[in-house]
Formats: sequence, structure tokens, C-alpha cells
Amino acid sequence: MSATAGLRIARLRDLALVPAILGMMVVGWIVSPAFLHWTNLQNVLQQQSEVSLLVLAEALVLLCGRMDLSLESTFGLAPGIAAWLVLAPGVAHGLGLLPGGWSVPVTLAVGVLIGVVNALFIIRFGLNGFIVTLGMLIVLRGLLTGVSGGQTFFNLPPSMIYLGNAVWLGLPASIWICLILYALAIVVTGYTRFGRALYAIGGNPDAARAAGIRVDRVLWTTLAVAGLLAALGGLLLTGRLASVAAAQGNGAIFTVFAAAVIGGVALSGGRGTIFGAFTGILLLYLIQNVLTLGGVPAQWIGALNGAIILIALIISRITSGQAQN
Amino acid sequence: MACVYQKSTVIPSLSVAENVFLNRQDRRHGRLPLISWRSVRRRARELLRAWEVDVDVEQPAERLTVEQRQLVEIARALSHGSRFIILDEPTAQLDGQAIERLFERMRALRGQGVTFLFISHHLEEVYEVCDTVSVLRDARHVVTAPVAELGERDLVAAMTGAATGLIAATADRPAPAADAAPALRVDGLGLPGLFDDVSFAVRPGEIVGLAGAGGSGKMAVAECVVGLRRAATGTIEIAGTRPPPGSVAAALAAGVGFVPQDRHRQGLVPALSIAENVTMTIPERLGRYGFIGPRRRGALGARAIDELTIKASGSEQPVSALSGGNQQKVVMARALAGDPKALVLSQPTAGVDVRAKETLLAAAENAARAGAGVLIVSDDLDDLRRCDRVLVMFKGSVVGERPSGWRDHDLIAAMEGIAT
Repeated sequence: MSATAGLRIARLRDLALVPAILGMMVVGWIVSPAFLHWTNLQNVLQQQSEVSLLVLAEALVLLCGRMDLSLESTFGLAPGIAAWLVLAPGVAHGLGLLPGGWSVPVTLAVGVLIGVVNALFIIRFGLNGFIVTLGMLIVLRGLLTGVSGGQTFFNLPPSMIYLGNAVWLGLPASIWICLILYALAIVVTGYTRFGRALYAIGGNPDAARAAGIRVDRVLWTTLAVAGLLAALGGLLLTGRLASVAAAQGNGAIFTVFAAAVIGGVALSGGRGTIFGAFTGILLLYLIQNVLTLGGVPAQWIGALNGAIILIALIISRITSGQAQN
Repeated sequence: MACVYQKSTVIPSLSVAENVFLNRQDRRHGRLPLISWRSVRRRARELLRAWEVDVDVEQPAERLTVEQRQLVEIARALSHGSRFIILDEPTAQLDGQAIERLFERMRALRGQGVTFLFISHHLEEVYEVCDTVSVLRDARHVVTAPVAELGERDLVAAMTGAATGLIAATADRPAPAADAAPALRVDGLGLPGLFDDVSFAVRPGEIVGLAGAGGSGKMAVAECVVGLRRAATGTIEIAGTRPPPGSVAAALAAGVGFVPQDRHRQGLVPALSIAENVTMTIPERLGRYGFIGPRRRGALGARAIDELTIKASGSEQPVSALSGGNQQKVVMARALAGDPKALVLSQPTAGVDVRAKETLLAAAENAARAGAGVLIVSDDLDDLRRCDRVLVMFKGSVVGERPSGWRDHDLIAAMEGIAT
């Protein structure tokens, strides 16, 4: 096999879901002509932009052979803490300790802090990552319920709403942010030593260490970045809905894992691409949109969401031709 | 400083080129120091060409053969520009030509002032490339001396702890019955690109060697026999039955026992105990209805430790805690556990010390004495000395057969494809 043929196959695998996405668009057009309207497609892109940041975060963590379940709670807690600190007492459960302008920095800082705490347990103390982040998922969800009293924060400061609502150059800002961050991550994972170190660590941590990669430092950074991305995703959703519900992000982690695996990222680490993860989440949301347009009754959407994951998994197995692990 | 480890440090999912330049990938000049894949690939191609490793540098490293992988690791370590290089059993998976290239490269680098620490069990290699030798035995330092002052006999004595010859010829094995039905018969076996029209038979009680350089296809033949690969043409008969091709379970059920080429990859589950590894292929002997009797398993593990003199604290010790030689004995014990009618050994003594080598080959001989047909697939001449006859493969076909008593240079010439 020649070198160029090898490269072509590698690239094709990267694009495995593209035909599936195109096929889904044809199906959508048959189901409802409204599907291909620009406003509808823009809606799909915007709806998936928040969760897609969680997928991006999880894909980075998976690439280096780890898992982070707590991302879905960070998604709710980070903006929740910010709202709690800036809102005036009396309106909701706010403390009113900080001016409204602090809400965005606080949100992002909480995300990084959660990532650092995860890293502390997993890397510094050597605890099992799956269970640590499972514990964190429950603790963080409980914290949000605690500070909010189980209620929804609203009347948020304008800076917190801005990113989720703004329109830049005719497209919602959250779509821009999602696309730019994915593009950035594709470049970092494909073309920097740091990015390649993620693959090396996920593929064989001992070999990575032997090659002089500072494995622990890379893992610390990745977990912190994952927390940051989850917080940003939460912020975008908060802006779009102009509120923080106590259940924000609840259950999202299953969709996130499904999207990553459908997009070809291996749960065992070291395999897959960021672009693949993006096509994974996009395919999930397209299928969901088509079903909604097809008039599926709302009470069946829950059951269908699970079925969608299985269908997308089967589609990706067929188009990539590779066994998933 | 650089090091080639005995255990593979290649990352399977990454490309060969990236493995070579891991964490030191070339970067573009300019404001954004992004990796230049073009430059990484070009330099990897140049480096591997110098080592005559003919592989596509863009394919993932998991597709390399064991030998190619080893060469890639050596080429990588020697390309760092280090002043001190540790090589831990670098030749364990290499054929004669590749070893010669490695030694040439080492001599050239030594001329430039590079220091090597060369860890090996192979005496001839020590005499060929080393200046000073230290012997460690049973975790103790025994002797350090200039190679020129230490004779081969003394070196062996230092390694084994007894003043005996290395390979004691054993002639007490009865000749196999000429008319017995073959324990293993291979007929017209072929797999495009690897080997073609290979036929031979091994009788019960016979030890047959299958020799050949890397790339001769001998390993692929062995893998077809044991069901790890599926041949495109031809038949394999084990003690009169024809198991469905390409199924390890069927081959085992038909009476095959085997030692795979790479114990780290196919031979062992490191975290499990000796007893569990030894009995992995014979669960049906441990209890009824799919249950496993721990007492029976422990007894079989203890028997293996006893028979193959495995140095371990007990049969419940995890295999990962054993030395390379003792791990290989566990793999051998597993091959023998089912009382095989046909025993296939692929490089059975790769990377083990002299004493373990003796034990392993003696175990193979005992199996033959008990009536098994033994096929030893190896390019290590010491493995082949006890064979009743040695078949030589070159570039995918059997090109010759040598009865016991062959001369080293004749066999090596045949393996390298030089007609004699």
C-alpha cells in the first residue's frame, strides 16, 4: 500500500459520519420541507452548541485515556455559583456579594477549579478517575440544589446573558464560539506537541513517559481545560434561557459519551479525532430535529432519545467499518 | 541518555513516523510553532531507510510486525544524539541481518564516543560488540571483566553457576516410529504475500525445527497451525482431525499446545496469577458445568512451578512480578497444560537467560518423549539443536531440510537464501 493511499484511508475514517449527516439531511427534507430552511438548520446548530462544548471537553479527556463524568454537573453549577454570588438577596436565593460584571469570570473560574479538584484526586492522590468524577457529579449536583434551594435563578445580569443571546455577523454567538473552539482544538490536537501528547498518553502512558512527556502535567491541564469548557457551555445555555435551573445539565453526560463514541473516540483512550466528536454530536441533534419535525408526540421523546443514540451508533459502525471499543 | 526497553514502548494507535519523533516533532518556522507533519514523515522515512526498515511511515504502529517494531524503537533511540544508550535485549526479535546492521551502527557510534550498556543473554553478541562484561545471576553481581580476558567457558560458568557446557547434547530420546500417523500434517498451505505451498509432517515423538530469517513466513505458518491466522489454501491436520481453520479454540480442542511469538502481547495476562495463566486453556479440566475449582487450579499451578523450576513465591503470585525467563516458563507450562498432541513453539527462548533456555528446551524434549509431535519455529540456532530435523524457509517457501547434526554456517546460509 502506498503512503498516499494510507493517508487517504486515515482521512476517510475522519469523515466517516459525513455521509450519514448528509443522508440524515435528505431524510429530514423528505419528512418536512421546513427542515432545510436556514432558520431550522441554524436552530439545530445553536441547540447543539452548548452540549457540543461538553462533548469537546469529554473528547479531550477521553483521548488521554481518562473519563470525566462530572462535566454535566459543572455545566450547571458553574453558572449557578456565579448567579448565586451576584444576585441580590430576596429575589432568588442570591447573596449579592459581587457586582454583576463578575458573573462571567466567576463561572469560568469555578469550571477550572472543579477540573483542578478532579485532577487533585485522580492524579495527585491516584484515585480511580471514573469513581472520583462520579462522586463529583453527585456532589456538584447537590451543591447546585443546595445554593439554589432547588429553584431557578433568573433576573441575571446582562453580561451573563450576552454570549447566549448575541448575534455576530448574522449568526448566534454561541455557534461562532462552538465552531471556533472546535477549530482550535482540531489544530491543537493535530499540530502541537501538547495535542499529540494526549494521544501518546492515551495510547500507552509508559511509552509517553519514556519519550519525555510530562504525563501528569498534561493530565492536569486537560482536566482543568475540560472543566473550563463545561462551564462555558453552561454559560451559553444560561444566556439562551436567561436562567439557571437547578437541574441544568442533568443527564447530559450520557448524550456526551454517546456523541464521542459515535464520532469515533475510543473510551479506552488514544484513538479518535475532535472533528469526529463534532460530527457525532451534530448527527445526534439532526436525528432529534428530524423526529420533532416529523411530529413525534412529546411524551415519546424520552424513549426516542435513547433509540437515537443506538441508531447513530449503528450508523457510525456501518460508515466507519470499524469495531468500536 | 536514551534507552531501548525490553518491553515495547511503541504507541499502537499513532503513526510510525510520529512514534519515531514522539514529543520532538518538527515544527514550522514562524509565529505559530505548529507541527510540520511533512517534515516529520520525511525525516522518519530517511531514518528508517538507513535501517532498511521498509514500512509505510503513515500507517499506525500497531500494524508493524514484532521485528519491525523493535527496529523502529532502536532507530528512535539511536537517533536522539545521546552520549549514553542502554539497550535491553535489543536483538530478541531480530534476524541475523538486522542484528548485523545494529552492530555496525553501534560500532560507528562508539567510534564517535557514544557509550553503550548492552544487556543480552547471547554470548556471541557479547563477544562481538562488548568491551567489558558484567554477569548478574540470581540478583547478585558475579563478575566484571574485559571481554578479551574472559573465555566463553568461564562466562557460561559465571552465568549458570556451574562449570558445564552450554548445550548438552541429549541422545537418549528414542527415534520416532517411522510408520506412526503424523501428530501434525500441513499440506499445501498458502497465504498470499506471506508464504506459499508449505507442506510437512511431524510424527509423534519427533521434534522438527522450522527455521528462517525474519520475513521468511515461518511465523505466519505457525500462526496458521495454531489458528491465530487463517490460511488461504491448503489443509492442517492435527492427530488425524482437521479443525476448522482460523479458530484457536478448535485448534486447542484438536490437541494443539502453543507458545506464541510475543509473550507480552499474546502469551500472558500479567495481572493474573501463575495458576490462572497456566490453566487458561484448560478450564474444562478444572471443574464441571463451567465452574472452576480453585484447589485443582492451584495444584496445576504448583505442578508447573515444580516441573519448570519457575522462581516464584507460590502459584498465586501475579505473573507481572516474574522475570522474563520465568514468565516464558509460565507460557510454556500453559502450552503443555492440555497434554498436547502437537506442540508449536514460536521463538520459545527469546529474551531468556541460559538456564531458563535449558529448562524450556528440556520441557519440549520431555513432551516429545511423552509422544507429542513438537514444532520449534525459531531463528535461534540453540533452539534448533535438539531437533531431529530442521526445515528451512526462505521468502515464503520451504527451501531445504537438514537432519540433526547440521553445521551452523550451513544452516545460516540456507536461512539467508544462499545456496550451498
